[in-house]
Amino acid sequence: MYKKIRVLVGKPGLDGHDRGAKVVAAALRDAGMEVVYTGLHQTCESIVEAAVQEDVDIIGLSILSGAHMTIFSRILKLLKAKKAIDILVIGGGIIPDDDMKRLQRMGVRKLFGPGTPTSEIVDWIKANAGKSKKRPAKKTRRTRRAPKKSTK
Amino acid sequence: MSILKSLLAGDKRAIAQTISMVENDIDTAILERIFRHTGRAYHVGITGPPGAGKSTLVNAISKRLLKKNKKIGIIAVDPTSPFSGGALLGDRVRMTDLALHENIFIRSMASRGSLGGLAQATKDAALVLDAAGMDYILIETIGVGQVELDIAEVCDTTVVVLVPESGDSIQAMKAGLLEIADIMVVNKGDREGCERLVTELKFALEMREQKSGWPYPIMKTTATKDEGIEELVSAVESHAGHLVKTGSLEKERKSKLLLRVHELIEQKIRLHLRESFIRENELVKLVDRIYKRQLSPYRVAERITKELVRSSR
Repeated sequence: MYKKIRVLVGKPGLDGHDRGAKVVAAALRDAGMEVVYTGLHQTCESIVEAAVQEDVDIIGLSILSGAHMTIFSRILKLLKAKKAIDILVIGGGIIPDDDMKRLQRMGVRKLFGPGTPTSEIVDWIKANAGKSKKRPAKKTRRTRRAPKKSTK
Repeated sequence: MSILKSLLAGDKRAIAQTISMVENDIDTAILERIFRHTGRAYHVGITGPPGAGKSTLVNAISKRLLKKNKKIGIIAVDPTSPFSGGALLGDRVRMTDLALHENIFIRSMASRGSLGGLAQATKDAALVLDAAGMDYILIETIGVGQVELDIAEVCDTTVVVLVPESGDSIQAMKAGLLEIADIMVVNKGDREGCERLVTELKFALEMREQKSGWPYPIMKTTATKDEGIEELVSAVESHAGHLVKTGSLEKERKSKLLLRVHELIEQKIRLHLRESFIRENELVKLVDRIYKRQLSPYRVAERITKELVRSSR
């Protein structure tokens, strides 16, 4: 079998507008990705925990509440604490340009504003998913371990 | 620490990454290494039609088991689109209460073309959870119809979930889904028609051969209100007790392992055939002759198989 791109689409916080998240989730599904949808009103903790357990390549957050600065920085901090920074964080919603710049400096990889065609999101994910160091690193660790075993 | 050690210690990131490796066929050698650490977890399957409340029921059951200090691994399978290859995995939406509990691990899997209600790698993912020290593994199938019965090959106890709208006793008497049920659940018990369906199912199951002495309980639940869940969990526990007492657990698990070996042999042979034996060019030429009715497909298959058997001796 082959590697599929896995994406978690999450709605953190109190904002209840999930139309955008669902449109994006459906578009990613139609582009052949496996999309884990977590539903409304998630805490940052539960989103990061789900992302780890589901071993996703990307977390995509939809935030329309204005709480983006707080939420993204918390997500990034939690990922770091779980040693899972190879999971890329992207997002969408109503985010002012200045905030976008600050968020990207903080480590959010990409932000998509209102009116973005879904194909643009799909293309970005396809170009960037799975390029993190996670999997190759594991492989070299395994091959390094194998000879050790045989010398026993 | 190696990924195997972390996995055996129950580290969630290690569990998650190992499942991915197994699911993507990157490294099945790891299965070889974890296999001897498996065989301890009790496997419970939850199956039923779409929208019956399987995920909500898994959520409710898990909460009960957590109170008993059990470690629980959950595998929830959702369908892959045959058109795009993508999938929307939405079972977590019903399990948000569990998301952060340290004794819970939830993994969503896409069926990836498998037609039996599970994904091809579900059995292997269950092994990974087993090795990670789970007491219970709850496996939720995709929404099934009448013939997606793979779940019974994986689980010690199979729970079939229906809803009052699922149909009448004639549906229940048909072959398939009900035959694999160790426990029947009529969920959404607060809806009209629930009692009627319970009665009809009782009638249908009474006609079923009682070979094992297990009474095939029919339970009524309302998963969203946590009603009937304690009884359901007790029924699962008494089924487990029954299997142990009658020696069926070992017998059943052995026959499942036998089946697994057969499955793997078939998989390997199929792969081997595709890679090395069948010379596609020659076959294409033969198809020309078959098309002109100079040869039959039966004759061609027979000849090739004979040749294959001879060459493997």
